[in-house]
Order: sequence, then structure tokens, then C-alpha cells
Amino acid sequence: MLYNIKRDHARFRNIVKGKIKENLKKYVTHGEMIGRKGKEQVTIPVPQIEIPRFRFGDKDAGGVGQGEGNPGDPLGQGDPQEGQGEAGNQGGDHSLEVDLTLQELAEILGEQLELPKIEPRGHKTLKSKTEKYTSISHQGPNSLRHFKRTFRETLRRQISSGIYNPEKPVIVPIRSDMRYRSWKSDVRHENNAVIIYMMDVSGSMGDEQKEIVRTEAFWIDTWLRSQYKGIETRYIIHDATAREVDEDTFFKTRESGGTLISSAYKLCQKIIETDYPPSEWNIYPFHFSDGDNWSGEDTKLCMDLLEKQLLPECNVFCYGQVESRYGSGQFYKDLKEYFGAEHESVILSKVENKEGILQSIKDFLGKGK
Amino acid sequence: MASGSGTEFTSSDLTPELARLRDEIQGYAKGYGLDFFEVIFEMVDAEQINSLAALGGFPVRYPHWRFGMDYDQLSKGYTWGLQKIYEMVINTDPSYAYLMKANSLVDQKTVMAHVYGHVDFFKNNTWFSKTNRKMLDSMANHAVRIREYMDRHGQDTVENFIDKCLALEDLIDPFLPFVQPKSRDEKAEGETRAQGPGAGRLKTDRQYMDKYINPPDFLEEQKRKAEEAARKSRRNPAEPMKDVLAFLLENAPLEDWEYDVLSIVRDEAYYFAPQWQTKIMNEGWASYWHSKIMTEKALKDSEVIDFADAHAGTLAMAPGRINPYKIGIELFRDIEDRWNRGRFGKEWDECDDMVERARWDRKLGLGRQKIFEVRRVCNDVTFIDEYLTDEFCERYKLYTYGFNRRTNQYEIQDRDFRKVKEKLLFGIANRGQPLIYVTDGNFHNKGELLLWHRHQGLDLDVRWTRETLTALSEIWRRPVSIESEVDGQKKLYSLVDGEFAEKFL
Repeated sequence: MLYNIKRDHARFRNIVKGKIKENLKKYVTHGEMIGRKGKEQVTIPVPQIEIPRFRFGDKDAGGVGQGEGNPGDPLGQGDPQEGQGEAGNQGGDHSLEVDLTLQELAEILGEQLELPKIEPRGHKTLKSKTEKYTSISHQGPNSLRHFKRTFRETLRRQISSGIYNPEKPVIVPIRSDMRYRSWKSDVRHENNAVIIYMMDVSGSMGDEQKEIVRTEAFWIDTWLRSQYKGIETRYIIHDATAREVDEDTFFKTRESGGTLISSAYKLCQKIIETDYPPSEWNIYPFHFSDGDNWSGEDTKLCMDLLEKQLLPECNVFCYGQVESRYGSGQFYKDLKEYFGAEHESVILSKVENKEGILQSIKDFLGKGK
Repeated sequence: MASGSGTEFTSSDLTPELARLRDEIQGYAKGYGLDFFEVIFEMVDAEQINSLAALGGFPVRYPHWRFGMDYDQLSKGYTWGLQKIYEMVINTDPSYAYLMKANSLVDQKTVMAHVYGHVDFFKNNTWFSKTNRKMLDSMANHAVRIREYMDRHGQDTVENFIDKCLALEDLIDPFLPFVQPKSRDEKAEGETRAQGPGAGRLKTDRQYMDKYINPPDFLEEQKRKAEEAARKSRRNPAEPMKDVLAFLLENAPLEDWEYDVLSIVRDEAYYFAPQWQTKIMNEGWASYWHSKIMTEKALKDSEVIDFADAHAGTLAMAPGRINPYKIGIELFRDIEDRWNRGRFGKEWDECDDMVERARWDRKLGLGRQKIFEVRRVCNDVTFIDEYLTDEFCERYKLYTYGFNRRTNQYEIQDRDFRKVKEKLLFGIANRGQPLIYVTDGNFHNKGELLLWHRHQGLDLDVRWTRETLTALSEIWRRPVSIESEVDGQKKLYSLVDGEFAEKFL
């Protein structure tokens, strides 16, 4: 029995990998990924092959749901479609759903994409100090008084000085018996990392493109967080000028107008200079754009900035080009031409659509840097 | 392990403790009047249950990648703690049910009680009455035959053909097993009517009445009908036929092995059909009984919390979703309660005094009897149609949702009882899939195949229509088309020599 299914399983995996039965390749889908919304509930990326059937358009059907809300209320991210596949084939099977922690999620991602563990640079130059109340001191505020230890000290003093009477055990602490909880500094050497996300928000980046960036950023975040303690993220948006924003603004802003990529790189460089000395930090700049830059001049400036300023300071520089109807995709070609396809610290990736996200993450993180 | 034998997996016996529990639970189930086939419980580990589930509960199936795909999902889901299969039982006589080795005793008891509910349903529900109860053997037999074909024609060839058959797997007629073949007289009558000069003339003994009984326009009408019938009978099929697979078996130019593979796929599709026709009822019934048996008989004090936990888990409704277990069990309970209190019939329906309705209790005590009747005669469609009430919808806060293209998200649409019911029924009748018939096996008079999509408001997805037609054309080996509707206009999708075309008619 088991032998049987293992063979079917191997066959399925080979089809997904495109090794056999090329004709099915077009039916392979990569399970939907749901981002960090509300609770940390997500679906795992699992490849599937859809057998074609006559069916209705995906979103036309709708259905019946249950719960609070008024007509017109959105149902949120949770896809209300009923469980997929052929659940009806079995006489009855139960499924239980469990929440995943981000740590587990990162493990799953790592396993799915066969991501290597990251080799941090700058070997643990950073000291992180945590304070824990594991120590005892003679002075302190009453709120931290350690009753048990104080009692013991008093008992010890009374017994050794012969005041203690077992018949009538009265314990009276004096000032020198008092003990208080106190902290100890715990110094650890750690690697710290910062991710600097840059995104082109010029008119040509639509909602779909941003959704892709958001999903991708979520997974990159998740993975890097599993590799580094204390990670920081900074966000830069740019059109013809660049500015630093918070996460929310980063994903929501839509501007119009031209694009000067160099403006973002300059700002990125400035942030690194002021806040993240490269000797202590692992630095990951990610830049997402649809590949349109204002002028060749500016592109040249970008290459210059990258080569002279950014690259020496960063672990890797990742450029993700999100395909859009309006973008020319020129910047990708320019980068490729300038740095070559296999540059050791410039990683380029094209994301054509949502399905391409996984591959792109693999491009970015697959080198273990 | 050697393949091919259906008995090899029956290696694990119940421990004496579990055997004792099984006897106990079985006794309770019988005591409540459940009537089931013998149930053979197998102890399995996670790995085994995942493979079994991937194979639809059967230990031996023919080789196919999709079982591997299901296994991939199940085992990943299990490994990452996302899901685990609690119980599984197959509709055969005797029935086989699987118990997870790692489950706690209270879980095992619950599962057993649940399983007896399912098996009672398999045995007594009308819609299962025509299923093959020796399916275990048949499945193994199918596997042997398909392996043989693979040895002879190559695995890829055979598997590719199976892929094509699977694209059409849904195109069967689940009601067909219940249709009486037309009697010879009926057929003969149809034929004579269509022939002769006096065709369609009503018989009369009195000549003078003839012109009143058979006025000229009536005769004209009859003649037209007769011609229509004659034209139809020349058509193959005479009437639109829902069992497309059967039509293909009869008419497509198939090799012997292809014919056999297609008939295997069809057999299995028919075997599984009642399970999706009765999903809500079946799960509801089993859950009703596990809850009844556990809470009234089998549960020990120390087990209450664990039971409640597991029970709540299976019946939980995530916001926005319908859980068939929950809807099923609550509907059965609702029916039982209504028939116990006499909340049915003309008087009840016509009473619109809310106070009286709330107090209504005729103390009839017919509830238990009624739910046994319902489990015998209904399928999900009739179950929901007949017994889903306005009150029920309100109590469980049911609503319809749909996709709003303007805001690009799913939205709640309506809480109106009729709309909810309609939508719910749409989703379960024909599994919420398009109704497809074959209407002409000699389309264009060139041996092309014409299907017909009975449009009920939703359009076909064009991409998948193209892909499915491609699969179909490779079985039919001639151009194939399907007639559907878009925006109220008839549209024909065709696949001719690998080229897809669509045009309005």
C-alpha cells in the first residue's frame, strides 16, 4: 500500500518539477499564500495540478456563509470558498486547522524552497544586552523585596546569635537581613540585520504590482527574521524623489509622475550611513520597480551609486522587477548588462505575476547571503 | 510490499481494550436503532491514513499521479500540524473504517460511534442503494487491469489517457441508476404515432364526431409533433444525455484498452457520486449519532473535556464558511425537535401568531421516527429544500456572499431566507458545477460531437472550457463543440484540429 502511494507521489513531484509529462506543466498551480493579516494564519505553498473540467468562472459563483455582518460587508482576506479538491471522495474525513507561528512558517518556506541558512557577515560584532532579574542585592526598593531570602537571612542570623527559640519561632528581620531581587546584565553577541525596502510608486505601479511586492516582502521578512534576531526594517518610496515612510504608507501610497531611481538609492545610502555601520550590521536592500527609469543618465548614476557606495556595504542587493502593463522593464536589462547575470552580490529577479513570487524569493534568498 | 492484494493491509488487529470498546459502542448504536453493515476497524498510523485518504479510502487503486498529489497535501498538512484525518470509512459490505493509532481512547470511541452513523447511512439511504458494495474488490481489479495496460502500452500513454478521462469524470448522471428503462409498449406507441397517413388522429367510433375530435389544426399539430419525433429519433442521442461518459463509451472510436479505462473511470465516478450527493446529511447524521452515543452512554466523567474539545473542533464554523457537519447535525436536531413538538403541517405553516408559535408544542414525540425517515429518503438537495427553515437561517446567521468586481473582494450579499436557500441548493445540486449534456453525436452531419451547457445564470470559464474540450477531442478524435450562453446570447465554443474557436450563434 505504502509502496504504491510513494510511487504516485514521486510521479506527481516529477510532473511538478517538469521532468515528465510536459503537457501537464501548464496546469501546475502554486497554492495561494496569505499574508500577515489579523492572526498569523496562513496557507502553506503546496503545488497542485488542476485537472481541467467544465466549470464556472472562478469568482462568479459565490456561496453561502455564516456569521455576523450586513449585506455589503467585505468578507476579508479569508477566502470563503469551501475546501478545495475532492473532499467528497471519502466517506468522511475530518480536518483540523491549527495556527502556525511565524517561526514555523519560515521553516516551511525554507524547506519548500530549499533555502540555505544564511551565513552572516561581520561575525557577531554586535553586543546585545538584556537585563534579567536573576540576582540578589542588599539594597533595593520594597517592591522588589525577596521574602524567602530575607526570611532565611533572618533565621540564619537569629540561630547563630542564639536568639532563635524553636518553642516560640518568631522571626524579626532587621535592616541587614533584607534581600532584594536585582538584575544581571546578559551580554550576547549577535548578528543584526536591517532590511531596506525601496519601491517605485510612480503611476505605472498598480494595485496588483503592490500586492506582489507586499506578499514578497512578507515572506522575505519572515525568512530573514528566522535567521537573525532583532531585525529592523526601513521603507523608502520613490517616484522622482524619495522619502522614508512607515510600513503602512509604503504599501498604500500611489503617486504619479516620473521615476528617478537614483533618488531612492541616495536615500538608502544615507540611512545606512547614519544608522547602520556596515561593520556591525547585515544590510539587505530590496528594490522593487516595474523597470522604468526616467533617463539613461539617471540609470548611469544608479549603477555608479550601487557599485561605489551600496554594494561594498551590503550583504546583497536585490532588485525585483514586477511586470506591469506600462513598464518597459529596461532597468532590469541595464542592471544585467552592467553587473552581469551572476554578480555575487547583485541579485536580479523578475516577478511576472503572483505565481512567480515563490521563484523570485528563491532567487533572492537562495544564495544564503 | 507486494501489490495487488486487497487483504494485506488488514494486518493490525484491535487491542483487546479497543475491541471491548467497539463492542460497547456497537451495542449502544444498535440500541438506538441504527442498522449497519459489519464494520471492520483497522489500526493505522499517520502515514498509512494519509495514503489511504489519498486513495479515497481504498488500499489499492490504479497508479495515477493525482493520488500522489493528494498524498503530498495530506502528509504536508499533517507534518506541519495543519490538519489531521480523524476518521475514515468506506462504503462497502462489510465496511472498513480506520482508527489512528495515536488517538486517545476517547477519540477512538467518538470515531467508532461516528463510523456506525456513517455505515447506517450507507446501508439505508436510498441514494446509496445502487452502489457497488464490493467496491474494495472492484478497485483492486481496476488496478490490475490498468497496470496490465500500462505494461503493454507504456505508463505515460495510459496515464495520459486517464488524465483525459478525468477531465470528463463529472459528466455523469447520478440519477441514472434510478431510472427505469422505458417499457417496450411506450416505445412502440411512439413509433406507430409517427407513421401512417392518419398519424396523430384520435380514435372515435362515431364518424360525425370526427371533425370535432380531430379538427384540421389539431391534426396539423400532431403531424408536426410526429415529424419532430421522427427527426429526433434519427438523432443520436435522441434526448440530451447527461451521462456523457456512457455516450462516449458507446460512440467514440476507442481502442479496447481505452474503452476499458474509460469505463473504469465512469464506474468509480458513479460509485463516489452518492457521497457528494449526501455530504451534508451523511456527516450530519454521523455527528448526530456520535454526539448522542457519547453524551448519553459512552462518555466517562474524565473524558468529557477531551470529547467536548474534539467535538467542538469538528463542528466549528469558521466565519464565512459553511461546515457540512454543523449544518447537517443542526438540521437533524431541528427536524427531531420540530416533529417532537408537532411544528409541521398545515396548521403550523399557517399560524402567524409569533407568541403561539414560540409556545407551540403538540407533544407528538415523532422526532426520532422522522429523522430515520429523512435519512432513508433524502439527499442533500431534498434535505435542504424540505427542511431548511427561515428560523434555522436566522438562528445560524446564514448569508449569501459573492464577489464584487468593483471593490475586488468577497462581500456579504443577502440574508434573505429564499436567497440563502437558493444559493445553498445551487452549490450542492450537481456539486455547483455546470450542467452539461451531449446533444448530438453527428454535429454538422460530419460526425462531430456537440455538447450543451444548460445555462442557469453563470457563464463557463473560457480557459477551462478550452482545456476540457481539448481532452474531449482527443477521445472523440473529431472536432468537438459545446453550446453555452454569454449575456443571454447563445455561444458556441469549438475545438477543431487543435484550434479553439468561439462564436455567437
